[in-house]
Amino acid sequence: MAFLDKHKAIETHATLLLVLSFLVVTIGGIVQIAPLFYLENTIEDVEGVRPYTPLELAGRDIYIREGCYVCHSQMIRPMRDEVERYGHYSLAAESQYDHPFQWGSKRTGPDLARVGGRYSDAWHVDHLTDPQSVVPESVMPKYGYLSNREIDGRYIEDIMGTHRLVGVPYDDAMMENAVADFVAQADPNSDFAGLQERYAKANVSNFDGQPQLTEMDALIAYLQVLGTMVDFSTFTPDASR
Amino acid sequence: MCAKQVTKKPAGQVETTGHEWDGIEELNNPMPRWWVWTFYATILWAIGYMIAYPAWPLINGATPGVLGASTRADVAAEIERFDAANAEIKAQLVAAPLAAIPTDQALMAYAEPAGASVFRTYCAQCHGSGAAGVEGKGYPSLLDDDWLWGGTIEDIHLTITHGIRNTTDPDARYSEMPKFGVDGILEGAQIDAVVEHVLAISGQEHDATLAIEGATIFADNCAACHMEAGEGDPTQGAPALNDAIWLYGGSREKVKESVVYARFGVMPGWTGRLTEDEIRAVAAYVHSRGGGE
Repeated sequence: MAFLDKHKAIETHATLLLVLSFLVVTIGGIVQIAPLFYLENTIEDVEGVRPYTPLELAGRDIYIREGCYVCHSQMIRPMRDEVERYGHYSLAAESQYDHPFQWGSKRTGPDLARVGGRYSDAWHVDHLTDPQSVVPESVMPKYGYLSNREIDGRYIEDIMGTHRLVGVPYDDAMMENAVADFVAQADPNSDFAGLQERYAKANVSNFDGQPQLTEMDALIAYLQVLGTMVDFSTFTPDASR
Repeated sequence: MCAKQVTKKPAGQVETTGHEWDGIEELNNPMPRWWVWTFYATILWAIGYMIAYPAWPLINGATPGVLGASTRADVAAEIERFDAANAEIKAQLVAAPLAAIPTDQALMAYAEPAGASVFRTYCAQCHGSGAAGVEGKGYPSLLDDDWLWGGTIEDIHLTITHGIRNTTDPDARYSEMPKFGVDGILEGAQIDAVVEHVLAISGQEHDATLAIEGATIFADNCAACHMEAGEGDPTQGAPALNDAIWLYGGSREKVKESVVYARFGVMPGWTGRLTEDEIRAVAAYVHSRGGGE
């Protein structure tokens, strides 16, 4: 095995060792990662999944900023106990417009993958303002100051542009109406027909119960859409995957 | 078998790798046999594993493996297994007339614990883990016999199925109290008077002269829903005002707040998220908490 005896050449040339090590890691990485981009069960298209509305997207950024993912996962695993507690297990498609995804790995609080529609907006305000007032056993910190921080969506078009850059299908009409949609979603008296045309089944409500638009509105808009896009009464995932 | 390897050879007799750095040589002792065989065994295991379980990514999917393992199929089968275990009693629960459930011991033996587990998962966040609600925040206690939308099991079942004032279920229970202050329906002095009247009928300390004035305002503006004596009307979700049970607080300030801004309590509808047998179980559980009519 004269070929195997050549390892001395590798071990004594740092640059060669680096290049060859990199090559080995690259091959390992490709084998693990590349199939995820074409295997059917990881790119499964599911009806109903749409990009986040501008307000939901802003709420998602607040979710990330406040570190909600540190204590809350957004990933219902395919196990009976999880499905019984949280609802249908999560599908890959449901995170397809999440950059980065919010699956998380730690559940100090409950999973939030299907929290949308489970509680009223007023409950979310009460709960975010003072979690112990509605759930005495909770250890969640208070986020009441979100109600005092007004937002106007001035950067939302740029944020959407960034998401578009990485593949979220925000079209030109969505980009042009970004700020208008941002404001309309939190105002039930606005003309939100365009918003709901661009974003199917978008939930329009004065989420925080205050006249002004705040971070509380955005965060609740985001929480209320989580896990509600796919209609499981008409969609059954392929069990063989 | 390992005796040969374990015996240490004196330095100088051991084979070296041939590497030599500054006079230091690298010995080439063979690996212990047990280690080598374990290593070979793991390779064999890996081959068997790749045949048995999904492994190699191909064009559209991975090789399925001869055992046909699938987490999705597993969870579906497990859920089916547990559903099948209770299928008979669930079918009875769904088939039974609602009114008959609370008195049917065999059904209640299943419905109460099943309903309790649904309650703790889905309802406790607002109504409290003990169903006592959150006083003054609009989350009603389910333990007393004061019902906003009726306390028969049929009423409770309807409320759970469709919810209250939500936007997702067109059959949700709905009523809306006017914002008497914000929308300028009543003037400040009139609101103060009607608040005194509400304090009077609920047996609290009040200003008697103002309360008499408030009685007429109450009859004109409030009695349509809250009824003449303030006993409330469960068909339109109008709470009783003549008792000491308050949804948003019964102090002068809180009652005034309710009149000025009105209240609009929302409950999600649970059809779709819960199955009919689960809704019936939790309705029976709530009905059995003490206040069921």
